[in-house]
Amino acid sequence: MSEITPDVIAEHGLSGEEYDKILEILGREPNLTELGVFSVMWSEHCSYKSSKKWLKTLPTEAPWVICGPGENAGIVDIGDGQAAVFKMESHNHPSYIEPYQGAATGVGGILRDVFTMGARPVANMNALRFGSPDHPKTRHLVSGVVAGIGGYGNCVGVPTVGGECNFHPAYDGNILVNAMTVGIAETDKIFYSAATGAGNPVVYVGSKTGRDGIHGATMASAEFSEDSEEKRPTVQVGDPFTEKLLIEACLELMDTDIIVAIQDMGAAGLTSSSFEMASKGGVGVELDLDQVPAREEGMTAYEFLLSESQERMLMVLKPGEEDTARKIFEKWELDFAIVGHLTDTGRMVIREKGEIAADLPIDPLALASPEYDRPWEPTPAAAVIKAEDVPAAENLLDALKTIMASPDMCSKRWIWEQYDHLVMGDTVQRPGGDAAVVRVQNTQKALAVTTDCTPRYCLADPVQGGRQAVAETWRNLTAVGATPLAITDNMNFGNPERPHIMGQFVGAIEGIRDACNALDFPVVSGNVSLYNETNGEAILPTPAIGAVGLLADYTKTVGLAFPAEGETLYLVGKAGGAGGAHLGQSIYQREIAGEETGAPPPVDLELERQVGDFIRAQIDYGQITACHDLSDGGLLVSVAEMALASSIGVSVENVPSENPHAWAFGEDQARYLVTVKDGAALAAAGEAAGVSVQAIGTTGGSAITLGGEALSLEALRMAHEGWLPGYMGAA
Amino acid sequence: MKSAVIVFPGSNRERDMVMALAAASGEKPVEVWHGDTDLPKVDLIVIPGGFSYGDYLRSGCMAAHSPIIHEVKAEAERGVHVLGVCNGFQVLTETGLLPGALMRNARLKFICRDVHLRVERTDTPFMNGYNVGDVMRVPVAHHDGNYFADEATLDELEAENRVAVRYCGPDGAVDDANNPNGSQRNIAGIYNKRGTILGMMPHPENAVETLVGGLGGKPLFDGLAGALGEAA
Repeated sequence: MSEITPDVIAEHGLSGEEYDKILEILGREPNLTELGVFSVMWSEHCSYKSSKKWLKTLPTEAPWVICGPGENAGIVDIGDGQAAVFKMESHNHPSYIEPYQGAATGVGGILRDVFTMGARPVANMNALRFGSPDHPKTRHLVSGVVAGIGGYGNCVGVPTVGGECNFHPAYDGNILVNAMTVGIAETDKIFYSAATGAGNPVVYVGSKTGRDGIHGATMASAEFSEDSEEKRPTVQVGDPFTEKLLIEACLELMDTDIIVAIQDMGAAGLTSSSFEMASKGGVGVELDLDQVPAREEGMTAYEFLLSESQERMLMVLKPGEEDTARKIFEKWELDFAIVGHLTDTGRMVIREKGEIAADLPIDPLALASPEYDRPWEPTPAAAVIKAEDVPAAENLLDALKTIMASPDMCSKRWIWEQYDHLVMGDTVQRPGGDAAVVRVQNTQKALAVTTDCTPRYCLADPVQGGRQAVAETWRNLTAVGATPLAITDNMNFGNPERPHIMGQFVGAIEGIRDACNALDFPVVSGNVSLYNETNGEAILPTPAIGAVGLLADYTKTVGLAFPAEGETLYLVGKAGGAGGAHLGQSIYQREIAGEETGAPPPVDLELERQVGDFIRAQIDYGQITACHDLSDGGLLVSVAEMALASSIGVSVENVPSENPHAWAFGEDQARYLVTVKDGAALAAAGEAAGVSVQAIGTTGGSAITLGGEALSLEALRMAHEGWLPGYMGAA
Repeated sequence: MKSAVIVFPGSNRERDMVMALAAASGEKPVEVWHGDTDLPKVDLIVIPGGFSYGDYLRSGCMAAHSPIIHEVKAEAERGVHVLGVCNGFQVLTETGLLPGALMRNARLKFICRDVHLRVERTDTPFMNGYNVGDVMRVPVAHHDGNYFADEATLDELEAENRVAVRYCGPDGAVDDANNPNGSQRNIAGIYNKRGTILGMMPHPENAVETLVGGLGGKPLFDGLAGALGEAA
């Protein structure tokens, strides 16, 4: 066994202080295997040591929440004895090093988090952030990540129904790949990870263990530098075919009544899963590594424990039921091995070839994992920029066309057509709308799902940015008629040891907390990805939010396409008129004026709730025939998206003479565009609810017309649909 | 109509297919596991979409050598109707029950979107719900859907009126602009010589409900249930 030198400790990402704590817990020097276990268990990725203090402040409860953060995924009640199980998780570092496998295994990992709990996965989503389109690596990364997400999700047969994708130079050296899975479970058949019952068998199922992914969790907890390419061997390799078999086998086993606890092997593999299960259940565990199915010969205990080979699960069974389980896994041609048993010693004992390879106390290791109150500095307030101080476009329609063809605002069809978004036969609203809508099989119910974040807002003001990310998901669910239920947060930030980065994190948490409280929209699961920096350059703070809502009747959902010509288009929002005014940090400011400055639009959560509740009620009542929220790009961009979705033009009226560019492109929050069955009734309802309802146009023709000028839908569509395929085709 | 849906490890549209068949025929299809050698007597055998055996080696290749496929072949020779969709079409070409092969899409990427198909021949149980020249809107979802056969085979298919559906535009125009995957002569689906086996890449089973994918594929299932239901 190698000697534990300061170099070895540093290579394992442990500080001197943390090593002293290890000596204190063990009362002796650890061997290398034990040091490896501490290294992954106390890594930022597994221990949340920098973020825990702040995550605890988020609201996580509501009458409909069945399980909040701390398990593999969050669970909410959707009625009729059913529950939605969901979580979003990052796979940023591996995807930068090896985009196809990094993204693919990100999808695989989040799928396992969901079906581990007894849910059949029914929808995948993803939130992607790439560097500047001009950066030489960007095409390669986009191509690999999209192919990886598709390659995995398409094969396992879970529809990938939506997502988002931005480009910004701040992600040049650190792309973000955040994947979300939503599943459906029976509320009386939910499985947790707490292991109980000394003597109960511990069973390993799925793929064999190989040498891939060793120290993935430790890698994901450090900054990148120029030599990050050399970390390629720490990226795991995915096998979606095995995952598909694992889903079917696990769900078949879950139909029996013999599982005590179950946990997937994700980051830090066998170590993390067995530790978490034992720790949560207050038991000990003894594992015999000779029984673990191995892909290659000669693997050491260190490698077995730290391998992140994919498509593996660990479970504790009721005693005497091993053969029932074995038969199911044999049918699905998956490995099945009894690798140990639970004990009442409170220790984790690892044996290999008859000798003890590691012997660690579970509670002290798990509970004494470090928790830091890192110093932080609030982000200085940015000045609010007046509309008249942002140059006005000479022609609003020319500006619209430029914006619609910009990398962030162009159609992402090139991406989502590579994802099977229809398999399972329940996709009611496909990618490209405000939220995806997936019917709950054999019911009238449907789930609405969306992911959102506006990182440029978060950089300028993390608190407002955090609020806005949550509010936008809430608005997108509302726009399709769903009742928002809960969120999962995927916090992507730079190095938390730098006070201004930690300040971004603290601010974003505050904003998310405000919004969750105001909108009754708790956090039920999440993931933190820190150290997204290369050579000291941090990403934009990106608290990506994934949200799930419920429609009691899927036939009541509305999309963003105009239903017909000759309809009046209404802008719904703040009492007294909902025209835009805020251009600071807007897409217009960036794409047309060439600046990214000032404060982002403030988020009035009370107003958000008032307007959203009004819209949802009108959809439920059957009044609204098309609906689209206003976000990036403001009013005119939303008008254009509705027109393109329906191939019906619109004549925009009532443009104010003062600051028309702010009216057209301002990104003021809490606003929607709708067409309705009865305009007078909508206006009356709006008045009663204290919500502004203003006619701003009439649908018809094949162009967007404004102030005597016209932009043909054909030209707009070519610009909007053309950018991404053109960019990727030129690779 | 009694039907059986063959399920391989890695099949993933079997559920969609079962729902579409059950809705049209009122009878739930039997799901038959790949390792079985006992195929119940049915009016229609369906090989659904997915990634059988992971599609490792070559799409549909390993499934073509599975135990149950011997039974499918035997039943097909007896004249039992067989429908292969997507991976099922790939399996049928790999077994030799249908000619040609499905290669990687011309643009090398997975494609999932609605396409239009022109119906070329309707005097079979599969297509009797359509008229020749009808345009149906159904989705594709595949990586390997680029139909290939040598010129002689293609000529023979056309001479024997064995092309079932071709990719086309919304107006029925069969041209390169409306060919999503590079298939020769825009072929999306073909029959065997007797017209008892249909293989097609698009997914009619995902277009049988007004609000979930539309009704483009519904006449296919209604037609099958009508024609084969009477025979049973």
